[in-house]
Amino acid sequence: MPFWIEVIVSLFLLLGAFFALVGSIGLAKLPDFFRRLHGPTKATTLGVGGMILGSMLYFTFLNNELQFQELLITLFLFITAPASAHIVAKAALHLKIQHKAKHTETQDDANAGKKKAKAKAIEKPESNAESAE
Amino acid sequence: MKTRKRLIPHPVLSLLMLLAWLLLNSFSMGHLVLGSLLALAIPYLIQDFWPNAVKVHKPLQLVWYILKVLGDIMIANFIVAKQILGPSSRLNAVFFEIPLEVKNDFTISVLAGTISLTPGTVSADLSKDRKRLIVHGLNVTDIEGEIAKIKQRYEAPLKEIFECCPT
Repeated sequence: MPFWIEVIVSLFLLLGAFFALVGSIGLAKLPDFFRRLHGPTKATTLGVGGMILGSMLYFTFLNNELQFQELLITLFLFITAPASAHIVAKAALHLKIQHKAKHTETQDDANAGKKKAKAKAIEKPESNAESAE
Repeated sequence: MKTRKRLIPHPVLSLLMLLAWLLLNSFSMGHLVLGSLLALAIPYLIQDFWPNAVKVHKPLQLVWYILKVLGDIMIANFIVAKQILGPSSRLNAVFFEIPLEVKNDFTISVLAGTISLTPGTVSADLSKDRKRLIVHGLNVTDIEGEIAKIKQRYEAPLKEIFECCPT
């Protein structure tokens, strides 16, 4: 395998590792449940993507034949990741997990009262929000 | 509503299944035959559970849409990485509602998936009447602009691709 291929593969792996790390940091560091959701669902798209690109390149040149299997991982991940994030977020909304996000009401709806109650949760102390998770 | 069984209810799905089968296994004549059989048999057997076939009206635009979303994911990843690593007190997290124009279940799912995949926004809930999508934004200051951006950049093309042209 030529040297420059190895360099490109390592760059992709590093890029992937970097975004996986940022996703994990986001999960650990962000202050409330909904913001934490952004870490794993986001950074893993490019994190896994970078590693998959690196893997595809590496095995293509190692075996001297095109390698596409990894694309399936991306495909399945792109189908399942938003769905699971959506379900988790929806469950959290219905369980009224406290968050600090403001809710903008564009239209009056039956849920309006419920959401105002959630906005009040802002005043609650941080430790409360932590234990709710 | 009883409809006559069609032989190939979801041609696009069948093609995708065959492709996935060939990718999962190494390519050979035997797998091509077996994959084709499965790709034809499974959609035929499940069509009672999924009566409304997804119609792709503009396949070329779908490819363009996927590329566009991939590009957006790349750019937004860097932005969100910066936001996560920066001080989190500066983040302006909000919930906002996007009034939906698309009606088809599948189109709504694709739109919600796109919103969740592009970093910075997660779709959280769909209103009962299926007219509004509740979205959580990590750092959104201009809500109207964000809604307009999502509607124009993602919803409008999806509507054209999967739902029939406006009458």
